[in-house]
This record gives sequence, structure tokens and C-alpha cells, in this order.
Amino acid sequence: MTPFGSGLRALSLATVAMLALALSLTFFYAPLDADQGFVQKIFYLHVPLAIVALLGFIAGGVFAVLHLRSGDSRWDAYSYVSIHMSVIFGVAVLVTGSIWAKASWGHWWVWDEPTLVSFLIVFLMYATYYPFRYAIEDRERQARYASVFAVTAGAFVPLNFMAVRLAESLVHPRVFATTGGGLPGEMMLTFLVSLAAMGLLWVTLVKFELTAKSASGQLKRLRRALDAPAPGGTSRVAPEVS
Amino acid sequence: MTPSTVAFRAILAKDLRAELRTLQSLPAMALFAVTTFVIFRFGLDRTSLSGSLASGVLWATLLFAAILGINRLFVSEREEGGFDAIRLAPIDRTALFAAKAAALLVYLLVLEAIVVPVFAIFFLDSAAALPPLAVLLLLADLGLAATGTLISSMAVHSRARDLLVPLVLLPLVVPLMIAATGASEPLLEMGGPSYERFGTWLAVLGLYDLVFLLVGYAVFDFLLED
Repeated sequence: MTPFGSGLRALSLATVAMLALALSLTFFYAPLDADQGFVQKIFYLHVPLAIVALLGFIAGGVFAVLHLRSGDSRWDAYSYVSIHMSVIFGVAVLVTGSIWAKASWGHWWVWDEPTLVSFLIVFLMYATYYPFRYAIEDRERQARYASVFAVTAGAFVPLNFMAVRLAESLVHPRVFATTGGGLPGEMMLTFLVSLAAMGLLWVTLVKFELTAKSASGQLKRLRRALDAPAPGGTSRVAPEVS
Repeated sequence: MTPSTVAFRAILAKDLRAELRTLQSLPAMALFAVTTFVIFRFGLDRTSLSGSLASGVLWATLLFAAILGINRLFVSEREEGGFDAIRLAPIDRTALFAAKAAALLVYLLVLEAIVVPVFAIFFLDSAAALPPLAVLLLLADLGLAATGTLISSMAVHSRARDLLVPLVLLPLVVPLMIAATGASEPLLEMGGPSYERFGTWLAVLGLYDLVFLLVGYAVFDFLLED
């Protein structure tokens, strides 16, 4: 029995439905932004992605604390997959942010924009999780050190946002602030639906990856029990999930 | 004295004595920093620096020189069995973290005592900025000692020690560098130091130090298990 796979089908269907709803709301329901026009639609993709990625990094840190406290390698798997998925979402955040910056400010990259720069630094920090983790050979030590990394990086995220914000001027398109104390109702609804859809997507992908890891771990154990060597030697796909 | 303070003092004294006798880290760090200044002199094609350029050159050089020392911080413990001895001894393991961070702090302070005057002689018009700069250096060193010790103690157990320390440490110290360069830029401005937002940046540095000393204190036990 694989507990990771339970409810995966229902979750996947819900994610697809939610994503479809979010995209239709974005294109057919939400009004055009008076200032930026059609380009502003990327807001419904970019901002939810960024929020979900940051929450995923925080979740990775929380799972890491649970792993360190309990020593249960299952939490390490959760922490690893959370960070892994958030790094992938982070690439999407940087790409969509860059496209939005080009369309609304005329440059692919803008340095005096604190949110963008902070996110880049956080992304670079978490990108070093992989070389760090795989450079440590002993499995148990690897899991423990990776958790320490996740906790340290979790403490780093708010500090970094604060330092960058203090250093830069504020020119970000304040979608929430400029429209008089928040988004108009239709925009807010679309945004919240998009956020929920991205959150569901993240959870679904995390569950898929955990299921795949657990399946390949079981396969490896079966092979070992049958005394047959795995094709292509040992895999470096850590962590193994029981 | 509690057993922890005894252990702390013993490890710190051992580290400083070993460095004094072998001179493994400090001369290399100082030489590296001075040579980097010379390279910046030609790379930027300037004979004097001020403002953001001066603070950028100073902090980038100090950071990279510090990484040389951080790389070597735990090598002797691993090669000579120091980790095993600490694990066997009936002491709080955090004493090792505190002692190593203190040793690194001493290295950085000595490095800066040599290198910052050289920087002032090479590039600055007056030495008026040095006293407030010393406060900044002390606070930044404390943060660097905390994060550096933490990363170094993990990297020393990996296959790619020399690669991992700069790779992981550089993004981690970005907030520290933002605050340090932000505070020293007005200090190094032409026509005497000004203290624009000095207090804000000092507070950021202090907060960074506090957070990472606490994180190091909280997680270091897990690094010495098994």
C-alpha cells in the first residue's frame, strides 16, 4: 500500500478543474486593467506562483524541523520534495516576472525592484540545496544536513526580504495598493481562484513526486530482495521513501 | 566555571595556538586581500576610491578572504579526529560551535586590522571613516562567524568542501552585505563620513547576527550526531 498515492486521482481532477476555472476567469471575467491593459493578466499567474513557491519553501523548513525532532526520514522526503517543487515554481516566477517587467517597464530585469531582487536571492539560496545535499554521501547524514540547511534558509528568507526592501526604492506595480485599498471585486475573486489553483497544483505535484519516489524505493528493495542488481547502478535520486 | 565554558576556552585556545604555530589561514587571507586590492586598482583603473565603489571593493574583498579561512575552519578537526574527541567528551556540543565561531571572529578581526589600514592607504583620502567602520566590521564579522561556522561544519563532511562553502555561504550572506555596504557607502563618501541611515543598517546587522547565532545554537547538536 502506498499512502502517498491515496486520493491522488481525485486531487488531480480537482486541480485540473480549478486551473481551468482560474484561466477562464482570468481571460473572460476579470476586467482589463485601466493602466496596463491586457499585460496585467500575467498577474494572475505570476503572483500566485510566487506566493505558493514561498509558502512551499516555508513548508520545507517546517518539515525539516519535524525531521530533526523526530528523526523520521519521511519528513525529510516531504522537506526535499517541497523545496524541489518550489524551486521549479521559482523558475516559473522569475520567467513570468521577467516577461511582466519587459511589458510594463520595458526591461527584462529591473534591479531597483525589491520583490523581484529578493525573490532572485531566495531562489539562488535554495538552488544550492541540490549540490549541497548530493555532496554528502552518508544517507542519514545527508538527510540531517539537508534539514539543517532548510531550517537555516527558512530563517534567511524574511531577513533577506527586509534587507533588500530597505536598500531599494519602491516602484513595484502595487496592484493591491494603487486601486484604492485593494482590488475590485472581480479581480480579487479571479486572483483568489488562481491562488487556490496554484496551491492545488503544488500539492498535487508534490504528492506525485512522493508517490514516484516511494514506488522506485519499493522497487529497489524488491530487486535487492531478489538479489538482482538495479540497471545502471545505484541511483542518486534522494531521498528514498519507504 | 561550568564545564561548557571550560570546553569553550580550551577549544578556542587550542585553535588560536594551532593557528599561531602553523599560520595556515591568516597569512593566506591577508595576502589574498591585498592582492585583490591591487587587482581592483587595475580592474577599475582608479587610484582612489570613494562612496559605493570603495565600500563595494572593501566588502567584496573581505568576504572572499573570509571564505578562505572558513573553508579551513574544521579541516583539522576532521583530519585529526577532533570531532570524535568532542563526541566522546561529556560536554555540551554547542561549546564547539561557540569556540569555532569565536576563533573565526578572531581571525576576521586580525585580518581586518591588517587589511583595512592597507585599503585606507591605497585608496582613501582620509582615515576619518575608520572608527565608525570598525563598529560595522565587528557586527558584520559576528554574523559571518555564525553562518560561516555553521556552513563550514557541514561542508567539511562532504565530497566537495572547497566548492560548497562559497556556493552556500554567498547567498546566505547577501542580507549582511546589503546592510554592510549600505552603511559604509555614506561613510566612505568624498569629503568626510556622513551617517545616513547608519542606525537602520546597524539594526539590520544586529538582527542578522542574533538570528543566525540562535539558528546555529539550535541546530549544531544535530550536526555532530552519530
